[in-house]
Amino acid sequence: MDTAGLLACYERMALIRRTEKAAHDLFLQGLVKGTTHLAAGQEAIAVGASAALRPDDYVFATYRGHHHALARGATPEECLAELMSRATGLCKAKGGSMHLTKAATGMLGSYAIVGSHLPMAVGAAWSARLRGTDQLAVAFFGDGATNIGAFHESLNLAAVWKLPVLFVCENNQYMEYTPIADVTAVARPAADRAPAHGIPGEVVDGNDVVAVEEAVARIAERARAGDGPAVLEAETYRHFGHSRADPAAYRPAEEVERWLKHDPLDLARGRLAELGVGAEVVAEADERARAVVERAVEAAKAGPPPDPREALTDVWADGGAAWRT
Amino acid sequence: MADVITYREAVAEGIAREMRRDTTVVCLGEDIAAAGGVFKTTVGLLKEFGPERVWDTPISEQAIVGAAMGAAMTGMRPVAEIMFSDFLACCWDYLANEIPKVRYMTGGQVTVPLVVRTANGGGLGFGAQHSQATENWALTVPGLKIAAPATPADVVGMMAAAIRSDDPVVFFEHKALLATKGAPPPPGHVVELGRAAVVREGADVTLVALASTVPLALKAADVLSGEGIEAEVVDLRCLVPLDAATVLGSLRGTSRLVTVEENPYQGGWGATVVSIVADEGFGLLDAPVRRVAGECVPLPFADALEEQVIPTVDKVVTAVRGLAAY
Repeated sequence: MDTAGLLACYERMALIRRTEKAAHDLFLQGLVKGTTHLAAGQEAIAVGASAALRPDDYVFATYRGHHHALARGATPEECLAELMSRATGLCKAKGGSMHLTKAATGMLGSYAIVGSHLPMAVGAAWSARLRGTDQLAVAFFGDGATNIGAFHESLNLAAVWKLPVLFVCENNQYMEYTPIADVTAVARPAADRAPAHGIPGEVVDGNDVVAVEEAVARIAERARAGDGPAVLEAETYRHFGHSRADPAAYRPAEEVERWLKHDPLDLARGRLAELGVGAEVVAEADERARAVVERAVEAAKAGPPPDPREALTDVWADGGAAWRT
Repeated sequence: MADVITYREAVAEGIAREMRRDTTVVCLGEDIAAAGGVFKTTVGLLKEFGPERVWDTPISEQAIVGAAMGAAMTGMRPVAEIMFSDFLACCWDYLANEIPKVRYMTGGQVTVPLVVRTANGGGLGFGAQHSQATENWALTVPGLKIAAPATPADVVGMMAAAIRSDDPVVFFEHKALLATKGAPPPPGHVVELGRAAVVREGADVTLVALASTVPLALKAADVLSGEGIEAEVVDLRCLVPLDAATVLGSLRGTSRLVTVEENPYQGGWGATVVSIVADEGFGLLDAPVRRVAGECVPLPFADALEEQVIPTVDKVVTAVRGLAAY
């Protein structure tokens, strides 16, 4: 990754971090309903992977998917408007935090049944092959998803059909409230199991945007060349609890401290300094991100509520919801 | 083409017609390619269309339907087979949570034009885990269209409509009908989803049936005719969209209603039909409504036991006699 690319990645990560902070604050103000699953601390995976992907590749994410939507072209304004139930939201306020989707940019959805989207990514990769394109499909998922059946069904099918799909596990160490190591018999829940399905599995520092970009670029090239799927396990840590209801009191203080010192934004700043980028240049990037999110919050707040009649649209492709004649 | 075609041949014929006219139509499922399907409903597809359009899968129901969804979202029209409808439970997340909801929860951004085909229903002695009529499972989920043809011509025509539909369709092929025969439909035959058929006219009672219960209702109508009771038989063809207008229209002529469904009485589609009639057609009724339905038990193995719990001609005749005398 060149210096300009790294700086762009840094700014995108800063934008995501600030958007997540805004989502948190808006929740506390009562402006965001339901729940949120924030990805602060995990930005480098979405941003690093996106830097390695093409705009026409497909991405499938989880209920913890704000960072993927933002990394794949959704704006902070449309994301925050969605969280605040505005008609201007990404999904017209029908999706909410757990379902941020921007199909036009290949962000084909955030799915809230753990692991359910892995077979969809396999299908999108299959479709790319059937249509003769060299598009990839990427499924981002948490460590908890590696213990459901669809994970194994997906890896096997992708392997036997040799499909261009990348399985990127964001191992943030916790399956909701429980350490993943307490419920999984292997040390690397995704990477260790990949070889059993005939798929290469590797581990990367998920907080290092450069390392993620390089790893995804490498496995993407292989998949595009027709060599089949790959599993990448990106080690990371979420700054918040599982969701809004979880203060994460179960996490040992020294563990939290250790991971906070390994913050993806700090790591990227260090790499920028090594490349000779001045602190003032980084500060300008921070300022741009701050200004964008600040404007986004105000614009999202100003968005109108959805027309109640929208509740009865969009079930069918004709736009309606009629089930009888 | 032959003078007659079986229901099972009609499945492959219906798929083949669509694969010929649209290269985005592809098939996937367990044993569907070289083996031609365990019910021989995909015979000939591999030979004509090749392995790039007819794909054998592992026994992985979640991956089959999930992959069909992903492919449908990205430009294909997949036709996925789930071998027995009982196995829909193995991939129920996709039928209940993913496929029917994604358009809505993305505010209309995503279209999922796919067909999930499956062999449905009892009568063949397959026991409790290979014999259920499960169309009601799908009926409980907003966002799925439900087709259940009763004749070879309808299989072809409704398959065309299902594959061309931009909405997801669950296509129930009834196992007890696979060997039945009928005239092959002409080229370009399409039966619009949500259009019921009045397959026998009569002035005394309306029998509303679906798939395997259509021939059952017709046989019952013949018996009743010998007793001076003329039954009109409505083949619903689809549960979603539901052609309530045709049911109400028939009822205007007969004033009496019996639904005939194979699935358990509890929560059955007949209840939905009856509730619409109670709500919108109460004034048309000259008698109570009756539902002939399966018993609320798992399907037993022995013929003598299975017959006890799913609809039969005698059960339909008995129900109608009671109404006629009301």
